[in-house]
Amino acid sequence: MAKVLEPKTGRPEYQTVGARVPKLDALEKVQGKATYIHDLKVPRMLYGKILWSEHAHARIRKIDTSRAEKLPGVKAVITGYNTPEIKTGFFKDNPVLKKDKVRQFRDEVAAVAAESEAIAEEALGLIDVEYEPLPAVFDPVEAMGKDAPLIHEDKESNVLKLPWKMVLGDLDEGRRQADFVVEESFSMPWVTHCCMGTSGCLAEFHANGNLTVHSPTQIRYLAQRDFRDAMAALGLKDKRVQVVTTAIGGAFGSKLDTYPFEFITILLAYYAGRPVKLVFSREEEFFATPSRQKVEARISQGCKKDGHLTFREVEMVLDNGAYTSWGATTPSVMMMPISSLYKVPNVYYKAKCVYTNNIYATAMRGYGNPQATFAIESQMDTLAEQAGIDPLEFRMINANTPGELTPQNFEIGSCGLKECLEAVRDSLNWDEKKGKQDGRGVGVGSLIHVGGGARIYKSDGCGTIIKLDDFGKVTVMSGATDMGQGSDTVIAQIVAEELGIDVEDVAVAMGNTDMETWDVGAHASRTTFVAGNSALFAARKAKEQIFEIAAPILQEPVDALAIKEGSVYSLNNPEASMQLARVLRAAHFKTGGTQIVASHFYDPPTQMLDKEMKGNFSVAYTYGVHGVEVEVDKETGHVEIIKYVIAMDVGRAINMMLLEGQLEGGAAMGLGYSLMEELHAEKGKILNPNFLDYKILTFPDMPEVTSVIVETEDQFGPFGAKGIGEPPLVGSAPAIANAIYDATGKRVRSLPIIPEKLVAQEDE
Amino acid sequence: MKLSFQLNGDAVTAEVPDHTTLLEMLRDEFELLGVKEGCGHGECGSCTVLVDQKSVNSCLMLAAYVNGKNVQTIEGLGGAQGRLDPLQEAFVKHGAVQCGFCTPGMVMSAKALLAENPSPSRDEIRWGMAGNLCRCTGYVKIVDAIESVCKGGCSCGKGS
Ligand code: FES
Ligand code: FES
Repeated sequence: MAKVLEPKTGRPEYQTVGARVPKLDALEKVQGKATYIHDLKVPRMLYGKILWSEHAHARIRKIDTSRAEKLPGVKAVITGYNTPEIKTGFFKDNPVLKKDKVRQFRDEVAAVAAESEAIAEEALGLIDVEYEPLPAVFDPVEAMGKDAPLIHEDKESNVLKLPWKMVLGDLDEGRRQADFVVEESFSMPWVTHCCMGTSGCLAEFHANGNLTVHSPTQIRYLAQRDFRDAMAALGLKDKRVQVVTTAIGGAFGSKLDTYPFEFITILLAYYAGRPVKLVFSREEEFFATPSRQKVEARISQGCKKDGHLTFREVEMVLDNGAYTSWGATTPSVMMMPISSLYKVPNVYYKAKCVYTNNIYATAMRGYGNPQATFAIESQMDTLAEQAGIDPLEFRMINANTPGELTPQNFEIGSCGLKECLEAVRDSLNWDEKKGKQDGRGVGVGSLIHVGGGARIYKSDGCGTIIKLDDFGKVTVMSGATDMGQGSDTVIAQIVAEELGIDVEDVAVAMGNTDMETWDVGAHASRTTFVAGNSALFAARKAKEQIFEIAAPILQEPVDALAIKEGSVYSLNNPEASMQLARVLRAAHFKTGGTQIVASHFYDPPTQMLDKEMKGNFSVAYTYGVHGVEVEVDKETGHVEIIKYVIAMDVGRAINMMLLEGQLEGGAAMGLGYSLMEELHAEKGKILNPNFLDYKILTFPDMPEVTSVIVETEDQFGPFGAKGIGEPPLVGSAPAIANAIYDATGKRVRSLPIIPEKLVAQEDE
Repeated sequence: MKLSFQLNGDAVTAEVPDHTTLLEMLRDEFELLGVKEGCGHGECGSCTVLVDQKSVNSCLMLAAYVNGKNVQTIEGLGGAQGRLDPLQEAFVKHGAVQCGFCTPGMVMSAKALLAENPSPSRDEIRWGMAGNLCRCTGYVKIVDAIESVCKGGCSCGKGS
C-alpha cells in the first residue's frame, strides 16, 4: 500500500476523497458482463474484413473483386475505386481505401462485408490485386536524400512540412558557461499498445440516414466530427452521427485518432445496407494499429562546476511511416521535458518527421515524453559523473520548484520534485547502494508531465450534467471516457464529496454523444483534472439549487446550509435538517414545480503554444521520480528488478487504490519499454505480430512496486488533484538504464535494453 | 458433431462443426460472452475456462474435447442473485480490475490455481498465473486479490 506524504498544511477531513473505492464497473467486469466491441451484436449484423497490401510500396495496377462479389453470403465489396475518397489523419494524407498505390504493408486495399467472419475471410482470398512494386525506403535519413523514392507523389519531399523547433534563451551562451559538456545519441524503437481487447467498431445506418457508430474510442466527440465529414462524402451531409462508447479493453492512446478501418466499416454498412462490425485479430492489432513513435535523438547538455545546468540541446529524427497520425505531433510534448525538466536556462530543440514505407505512429501513453525523458535522464547521469557529483544530488541541485516560470513559459504551481527525489533516495537506500558497480545497482529517472489538461486544441474542455432524482440519488452525465483507468469512479467520488452523499448514491453515465456534453477526449492525463473539475463545479451548482429549495422549508438562510450524509442541514441550527430525497420531492411535487439539474463546462485557463512554442498549456504539472535497484547477470545479461519505487507528486489522491493501480500498471508498461518490447520490421513488414515474439511483461516478470504519494495540493485541481495517467511509465527507462550503468558500468543508449546489448563489448 | 456436457452446472447439448473451438462454441452457441478472445492462439489467457476443474485456453481446445466433461466459465461462478465467488469479490475490493478484458480469464485461472494449491505464496501465484496477460494493472493488485482469498477465504490456515 502506498506511503503518503501529506502537504505541510495537513489534509482536510474528507468523506470520500482519498478512499479506496472499488472501480464502479468492477462488479460487472468481474462477472464477465461488460460489453466490449467483441461482444456486441445487433440484428442482421454483417462482419467486415480488410484486405491488406502485399507490398511496402507498389502501384496498384488492377483490383478484380468479381469473384468475391459472387461468393454467397457476401453483401458488399469495396475498394478505393468504387467508393468516394475519404482521407483521415492529422495531415489528411491517409486515404481510407488505397487507390493507385500502396505505401505500406498495412495499407487497406479492399474490404468485404459478409454474413459471417469465415465468409468474409474467404471472400478476401478471392480478390485479385495486380501490383507493380516500386522502390521503397525504410530509413528516415535515407528518405531525406535527393534520390529517395517519394512516398507521397503530391509532396515535394519526404520531409513533412511540420518543422518542430524551439529556441529558448541563448544556446551559445549556455555552452560558453558550461564547465562540463556531454553529447550522446539515443534510439527508441517502435512499440505498441497491446490492448488486451483488440480494436474494432460497429456501424449502423438508420432509416432516416443517421448513423450510429459503436466504438471503444477515447475521443467520441472528435470521432463524431470525423465521421460526420465522412458522411458528407457519402452525400449525407448534416445527417446525425451518434458515437456510443463500448466497454474499452484498454486504449493507452491507440484509440485517440480515427483510422481507416472505422471509415471502412461505415462504408461497408452504407453499401451493404445493414449493420457491419469489424474487429481486428490479434495479428492485425499488432501490424495495423499505429505504434509509439520511433525516435533517433542526439542530445547535449552542459553544467557548471557547481552542477547547475547551463544548456540543453536536442535534435531528433522521427520515422513518420507512410501516413501521419499523432506520432508526428509528439514533439509538442517532448518539448515539455526538454525545456522544463529541471531548471535549464538555454534550450534548443529541433525535430524532423520523415515519410518512409514503414508503419506509422500514433499517441501512446506519455505521448513522446518517454522517448525524450529517456535521453535527458540517461544523460543527466553521464553529466553528473563528468562533474563528479552524485546523480541524485545533481538532480536536487537542478530540481524545479513551486512557483517557477520555465523558459517555455510554463507556470509551475505545485511541484514536489524534490520531495519525490528524497523519497526515492530513502526507499532505495541510495547512499549505501550507489556506485559499487558490483552487479547490483540503483538508478533514478525523474519526470515532468502535464497534470492540468493540455491545450493542444482550441478547447481543452469537458462538459458535465448532473441531475438528482426524488430518491436522493445522483446521476452524473460526463463527456469523459473511462478506458479502465477509473475516471468513472474518480468523478463519482468528487461529486459525492462535494454533495455530501455516499459514493454509492452516484451513478456516472458516459459514452454516448447524444446523451452527454462535449469533451475533447481521454488524453494527456487530463480526465481527473478537467472532467473532475467540470463535475465538481456542476455539483456545486446543483448544491446551490438544493439550498434554494431547502432554505424556505427549513426556514434558514441559503448561506447557512450544508449537506452531510445525504441530509441538508443548517450550520446555525443542526436540528433544522431534511433528507436530500425530501428536498427533491418538494421540488417536484408542487404546483409550478421544478427540477434539479445543473451543468458545467470546464475549460482550463491555459494557452496554446505560440509560434515560438511558448505558452502555459497546462494549469498544473505533475512531477515524479522512478527509482530502481537491479541485479545484472554479467554472463547472460539478464536484468533482475530487485526494487521498483515510484514517488509521484499527484497533488491530491482522489482514490488511493486506483492511483496505485495507475502507478503499478504504468511501471509494468515502462519496464516492458525498457527491457523487452520492440516491433521488429524487415523492409516495412512487422515480423513479430503476436505475444510469443513480442513480449510484454508477465506475472513473474513484474516486481513489487513501492508507491510513494506526494500530496502537494494543487490550487487549481479538484480537491488539489493533478493528472496521473501517463507519468507512471515516463521515468522507467532512464531509471533502469541508470541502474544498469551503476551495476555494470555499461551505458545502453538504445531501447529495449535486451541481454544481448549487455553482454556485447561496446556501449550501445 | 453432437456434444453433451455439463456447463456451469447444467447438462447441455450442442451441435457444432468439427473444427469449432471451445471458445467459439461457448461464445457463439451459448452466448457466454465473459469468455474473452484476446489472441486466439493460446498466448494471453483471456479465454481461460475450467474443464473438469483444470484451467484451459478455450481458444486452443476443440469443442469436441469437452464431450462428457464438466465446463465452467466466469458466468458459472458465484451464486444466485448476483452473489459473487470470494475470488470475484477480492478482485473488486483490491482494485485488480481496470479495463477488465483480462479479468474473467484471470479469475478462472486463479480459481484453478487455488484448487490445486489453496495457500500459494506470492511467487507461486505469479508462476501459477504466468499464462494470463494483463496490460493495465501491472499484476500487483491481482496477486493481492488472489492472496487475500487464500488468507481469508479458505481453510489453509494462513488466514487471520
Ligand atoms: S484467446 Fe486464448 S489464449 Fe489468448
Ligand atoms: S485489466 Fe485491462 S488487461 Fe487486465
